[in-house]
Amino acid sequence: MQKRFVTIWFRYLKTDWFCRQHPELLPVPFALTAPDHGRMIITAVNPPAHQQGIVVGMVLADARAIVPSLKYFDDIPGLPEKLLSSIAKWCIRFSPVVTTDLPDGIIIDATGCAHLWNGEQAYLDSIVRRLKKIGYNVNEAIADTPGKAWAIAHFGDQKSIISCDEELPAFLFLPVAALRLEVETITRLNKLGLRQIRDILSMPRSVLRRRFGNHLLMRLDQALGQQEEIIHPVHPIEPYSERLPCLEPIVTATGIEIALKKLLELLCRRLQQEGKGIRKLIFKCYRVDGNVQVIDIGTNSPSSNVHHLFKLFEIKISSIEPALGIELFTLEASKIEDIYSTQEKFWDKACGLENPELIKLLDRVSNKIGADKFHRFLPAEHHWPERSVKIASSLNEKMTIQWRTDLQRPIHLLQNPVPIWATAPIPDYPPMLFRYKNKLHKVKKADGPERIEREWWLEEGQLRDYYTVEDEEGRRYWLFRSGHYSDENYQWFIHGFFA
Amino acid sequence: MLTQKADILFQLQKEILQLQGFRYKVSDDCIRPVLGPIDSSFPNGIFPLASIHEFLTQSVEDIATTSGFISCLLSSLMNNGGVSAWIGSSQKIFPSALKFFNVEPDRIIFIDTKNPKELLWLIEETLKCEGLAAVIGEVAEVSFTASRRLQLAAEQSRVTGFLIRNNLRNINTNACTARWRISSNPSIIKDDMPGIGFPAWNIELLKIRNGKPGTWQMQWAYNKLHSISDPIIFSSTEQRKTG
Repeated sequence: MQKRFVTIWFRYLKTDWFCRQHPELLPVPFALTAPDHGRMIITAVNPPAHQQGIVVGMVLADARAIVPSLKYFDDIPGLPEKLLSSIAKWCIRFSPVVTTDLPDGIIIDATGCAHLWNGEQAYLDSIVRRLKKIGYNVNEAIADTPGKAWAIAHFGDQKSIISCDEELPAFLFLPVAALRLEVETITRLNKLGLRQIRDILSMPRSVLRRRFGNHLLMRLDQALGQQEEIIHPVHPIEPYSERLPCLEPIVTATGIEIALKKLLELLCRRLQQEGKGIRKLIFKCYRVDGNVQVIDIGTNSPSSNVHHLFKLFEIKISSIEPALGIELFTLEASKIEDIYSTQEKFWDKACGLENPELIKLLDRVSNKIGADKFHRFLPAEHHWPERSVKIASSLNEKMTIQWRTDLQRPIHLLQNPVPIWATAPIPDYPPMLFRYKNKLHKVKKADGPERIEREWWLEEGQLRDYYTVEDEEGRRYWLFRSGHYSDENYQWFIHGFFA
Repeated sequence: MLTQKADILFQLQKEILQLQGFRYKVSDDCIRPVLGPIDSSFPNGIFPLASIHEFLTQSVEDIATTSGFISCLLSSLMNNGGVSAWIGSSQKIFPSALKFFNVEPDRIIFIDTKNPKELLWLIEETLKCEGLAAVIGEVAEVSFTASRRLQLAAEQSRVTGFLIRNNLRNINTNACTARWRISSNPSIIKDDMPGIGFPAWNIELLKIRNGKPGTWQMQWAYNKLHSISDPIIFSSTEQRKTG
């Protein structure tokens, strides 16, 4: 079968993308710049700027001398790769084999595709119309080799369809730059008076190889179809989802469980092959009456273990209302992460925080009662008791400071200090008596005071003088006086219980 | 002759325990808490791991002393880098204080839930998780069935469970291996010196399967439980700083 290739050249790829983001820039001349050897070099221009004589490679200062109103923005590194790959993936609707042609084009293998659009003209028109609608300026060509199509797209006149029989004349009169050569080779060819492709076609190959190397010959052969050009098509990422339609509507929990297990096995097999794990998973049940029942789970670390994921769902299956029956189940992984497998040990079973059983347990806990219900605490750099511990953000977070052991702290700290009534003999002595929950406690032994000031950069208020006291029955309390003894509005509080 | 007899009796007792289904793993030896005189009331003289211990509390002060005693047990249970779960209805434990009982506070996972049904579910699930050092649960009510489920889960996964019962009105028979009551004792200070001594407790072992109940007065000092009969008193050189 005669091969056909479409080449699409995005002459203003980057600036067109900028215009899509900011439509108001469309009629304004602007350029993208990048620093180079201490100067700002223009890396892309839009059509209005191009018409006024600004070209890529110019120094920004020169360009602004020509067009004082020139706007300029910082270039984004890696932008063309990203844009082209997404355009190429979008173009898979026109042909299964599409590849990016950096820095500013894509190549579509249109062999056997055009007749679906009733001919090549309609096929090309369809591609170009849709790309132009998105906002890209494109030059396109279709020919029997990618090289020839590239040459026509970049250097050809109005005609963009080169049929097999008339191809050569159209191609022969193109400049040598249409062969996709390096700049040095082109200048050398031009210096020698070889300006058009037909000039070098007539020369002996050995001479060309000696003077310009193999690359020129390879490009020539590729353009003429004497050497196959290998193109690497882009592969779209298949969504991580599975579906299971049912012949008969499912109404029982057992049925739902079987469906879920089947879907999980399918999905997890694929994930295991790719070395990925699930963080978030959505299970949807489409009911006969059009209603959709949704349950979802999340995990604390990526997992592709069917049994574990099923256990997480198991808690929630009872919340599904099948009503008249479920006819379609879908399972969709909305968050995927790479699994870093660790070496398994025969002995010295992991019992620390990395214990996989513990992570599974916390997954079940967070799916049952919520992820905010379990905490791990780390020391914080504060003296104020309420702030001296902080909640760790993850299981693996390490301590930045050590736990303090030089000062006594109660094992049971009240969330909010409770006001108590207390009698203290003289300033800064521990109380003799205090009444808490209508019970009078006689203080037998006491320790203190330990003065803790509020952190003025965080909040304002009274300081605290903490006392550890023990009553006649040996019960130990942590009391404090809020404010100086001499203040009028000091108040006693109980803040904790010692073991 | 006498020692020989005692040996024979000890051996026979061991055999009886085995017949009664008492299992013991040598690997537990390195982490089991050594409680001094209390050890003699346990079966085989070994603190029963992989089982449920129930602690009765009457007041908030009791919960604090009980938490302290459990922390003492945790200090040896978590000795080898283990992780524990502390499950309750609200965050009561002040993590910094656990360090005084030689427990690494950052290796304890605190889980809070207000719903009593969820609480039991959580305790059972965590008990089933192999590799945890211990699970501490604060519950008001545990039915016989629930306690048996917990006990079986603990035996299966070899995780030790501690239940702090905070409602004495509903004390019923249950399947827990041991029932304790910890209350505070006045601390001991030399010659009426000012300050407060080491935490001292009155430890009552009310019920223990295959063992002998008893009462002890103990205090926690220098990362170990000591009997109060020969008390450890702060020496003047090690007097803690106040303020």
